[in-house]
Amino acid sequence: MTRALIGVACALALAGTAASAATVPRGPVSITLPGDAGFAFKPGPGVIAAQTYCLSCHSSAYVSTQPTLSRAQWTAEVAKMRSPYGATIPDDQVATLVEYLTTQYGKP
Amino acid sequence: MRLVRRDFLVFAGSAATFALLPQKGGAQTIDLPFDNGQRPVVAFPQKRPLLLLTPRPPQLETPFAVFDDGVVTPNDAFYVRWHEAGVPQQVDATTHRIAVSGAVNRTLSLSLADLGGMETIEYLAVNQCSGNGRALSSPRVAGGQWDNGAMGNALWTGVRLRDILDRAGLKPSAKQVQFDGLDGPVFPSTPDFRKSLDLAVAQADDVMVAYAMNGAPLPLLNGYPVRLIVPGWYATYWVKMLSAITVLDHVDDNFWMKSAYRIPDTPDNSVVPGATGFPTIPINKMRVRSFITNIAEGATLTAGSQTVRGIAFDGGSGIARVELSSDGGTTWHQATLEHDYGNYSFRRWHATFDAKPGPQKLAVRATGNDGATQPVKQGWNPSGYLRSTIETYAVTVR
Repeated sequence: MTRALIGVACALALAGTAASAATVPRGPVSITLPGDAGFAFKPGPGVIAAQTYCLSCHSSAYVSTQPTLSRAQWTAEVAKMRSPYGATIPDDQVATLVEYLTTQYGKP
Repeated sequence: MRLVRRDFLVFAGSAATFALLPQKGGAQTIDLPFDNGQRPVVAFPQKRPLLLLTPRPPQLETPFAVFDDGVVTPNDAFYVRWHEAGVPQQVDATTHRIAVSGAVNRTLSLSLADLGGMETIEYLAVNQCSGNGRALSSPRVAGGQWDNGAMGNALWTGVRLRDILDRAGLKPSAKQVQFDGLDGPVFPSTPDFRKSLDLAVAQADDVMVAYAMNGAPLPLLNGYPVRLIVPGWYATYWVKMLSAITVLDHVDDNFWMKSAYRIPDTPDNSVVPGATGFPTIPINKMRVRSFITNIAEGATLTAGSQTVRGIAFDGGSGIARVELSSDGGTTWHQATLEHDYGNYSFRRWHATFDAKPGPQKLAVRATGNDGATQPVKQGWNPSGYLRSTIETYAVTVR
């Protein structure tokens, strides 16, 4: 939208009586999202578990953009993803994931 | 903000189908002012290049310089936030329906054409993520690491939610109204994103089901073809791709109301970092905030008279005054408020100050018509919500 159009729209809103030219939309809109857009987990012990159980729902950027969380914080995050968020992480993979996240994205 | 050339894919789109086309030359990254704050700048479909927080589900932050361009945030610059990866990539407004059901006398299935036949309302309102500024929490907290660009101000056009509720007819047992959109989780075990409002809030004069944004259809990533607008309230309630309105005869106990988006039920809604076991309530109205938009943290200025401008907003009482400090908050001078676009809109302001050589710390403070103002120290909460503290900008004058 051009700035001129926005100006018109705002002027109309200001007038308080006239509506903008907006009408209800019709028809389909289609986009293509870029998937993980080049983001990937760092290599290291446990990366397969991270790829298997984290990437099913979200890109690795959810992990890599966090501040340097402690082991206790990563443990809480993994627990939160299992419940209530419903991730299908088997019991025997929890320690592997916490170790990987703490080593690669956390603080000791 | 430091700009760095990096190789990242840039995508562009045109017409009604928005494809992803790699762009020559790669894209920039921007370093936001906190640890681990590097963000690629990427253009998603129907969007100009924005700060990419996460690609799946898509979360994009508006570069702060956009807020200096005008009172309205353009649709292609408006931030994006989705909770779950099941974001529909094709939506047909012609076949889209909003199901109205629950504690009502008549269930409805409303088309966009039905909305077009109802009374139109329109106003400017700020949409701000509950976690806007979360990355500035001290101590830091887990969650989406937004700087202050998870907000925008747009002209919304649509119909009153109340008119829809009236058409359905509420049963006496009605207590809350729940909203659901077309998006969904990857696994059935994951709670679907739904939000609810108390009946008194839902029936307010200005809560809107909006089909236009700045005079145009909503970008798909902002909720095409229709979303809820709860002016003055944090954006978690502004459900996108609105597909169901369910009147509840009880207080919603779904995860996104009962467990997520909660704030401490303490006098200033903050707790000591690490505290547990305190009572909580659902997040609600936005706190008053103000920003400088033409001078960034770390900027170098020329000595002499300098113009400072920016924006302010609150949870709907409107901005009563904005004050600027050029000595880090010791003394304050009243800024000039610019045109009033309504109590829910950004309010632009400007001021001048005499820039003397050396380091200076600018600060800005807004006060709402309700008397609320911005605290010097930001209260802490475990989710990093409700940021409202006085923002400061260290500059060097030469």
